[in-house]
Amino acid sequence: MNSSSWLTISQTDPRPMYLQIKEQIRHRVAIGDWRPGQEIPSIRALAIATHVSVITVKRAYLELEREGVIVTRQGKGSFVMEGADLSTTLQEQELDQHLQAAVRVGRSLRLSDHELEHRLRAASEAHGTPAATESVEAEKE
Amino acid sequence: MSASIIELRDVRKRFKFFNLESISLELEPGQIMGLVGPNGAGKSTTIRILMGLLHADSGYVRVLGHAMPEAQALAKRDIGFVTDEMHLVKNATLDWHMQFVAAIYPTWDANYAAELLSRFNLKPAQQVKGLSHGEHVKALLLLTLARRPRLLVLDEPTSGLDPVARHEVLSELMDVLKDEQRAVLFSSHNTIDVERISDRITFIDRGRIIDSSDKEIFLERWRRLHLQLADQFILPNLPNIVDSAGTGRLITVTTNDYTPDLHEIFRRAGGTVHEVQRMSLEEIFVANVMRSRKERAQ
Repeated sequence: MNSSSWLTISQTDPRPMYLQIKEQIRHRVAIGDWRPGQEIPSIRALAIATHVSVITVKRAYLELEREGVIVTRQGKGSFVMEGADLSTTLQEQELDQHLQAAVRVGRSLRLSDHELEHRLRAASEAHGTPAATESVEAEKE
Repeated sequence: MSASIIELRDVRKRFKFFNLESISLELEPGQIMGLVGPNGAGKSTTIRILMGLLHADSGYVRVLGHAMPEAQALAKRDIGFVTDEMHLVKNATLDWHMQFVAAIYPTWDANYAAELLSRFNLKPAQQVKGLSHGEHVKALLLLTLARRPRLLVLDEPTSGLDPVARHEVLSELMDVLKDEQRAVLFSSHNTIDVERISDRITFIDRGRIIDSSDKEIFLERWRRLHLQLADQFILPNLPNIVDSAGTGRLITVTTNDYTPDLHEIFRRAGGTVHEVQRMSLEEIFVANVMRSRKERAQ
């Protein structure tokens, strides 16, 4: 593994550095680049490779552990969590995060839940209707 | 827990026009600390005291377990100090300097020195007087790093460097920490560099430490809140509001201890939090200095 290409931190990205690290690791796990059980770089090694302080990488790893994405074994290193179909779970978590963010913005705009639903449907339609949802809609009707 | 690399407690030093007042700081092995302050804040004075170059009037100074300045000869074997003011011999070559340092310090690592020569693109046969500013800084850093000191103290290491040289220097600083027993203290007013590589940050202004903490704690707790006010709004008197500014019904509040509870507190007082923004280390630094100056003026 070429250590300089593990991840890249952008200074123009408004998200804090630890979040950028978290999300890039999640992404690597989600697409299967880093497989369940695989050893990932140590906190110190990743900090040195990306030129980001140890404390920042440590924070990203701690949160990823809490979310069940990785596991750190004392003296052995950090690994991608063994678990069934992690990639879908991660994507679902990501979806939930986006939805929660949308709800927050909606509340500050004083939108009702009904109006929010309406907007989600509109956004979905604008994106084009995928085949799978079409059949679900058909069953309902 | 291993012993601290640097320990300063209640260190004071009086000058005719400047006082260093009760400086306390601590640096653990494996960490990088950024010492950040405006010009004339006391960064260099603090560094000179912990290097044993200046005698404090009072206080406790210990570096690598040695009392300073009494045991400085012993401590300095394991400290690498780089400052702009350091002069190399103009007519001598870089190679001459390398042999000179290697003869003094038994820990000199010739392989590492050769590696740094190529990474920094320096020519051993070149005379010091022909070096550019960036090359001069990199030469000083090479002569220091190749000794593999346990503590690196750098006074403004990246000032005046072009972006490529800065990148090279920061990479080598990070590389030092492969060994968890080493530590780095560097002063800077380039907050971008500090924000990126520091584990701990100490803000200093007008001879005082105004704040010192883990970098992540600074970045997490300091926020700017944009509030929309009701007509009868009175800003709640909260201890963690550092600043508030704005006119009409829109104000911006800066807090150094953000929690989601603040939304509810403001809502009860008749205001709506419209947006919560994170702050860069530079913004936190400036807000922190302004707060400290305001408090001292009272």
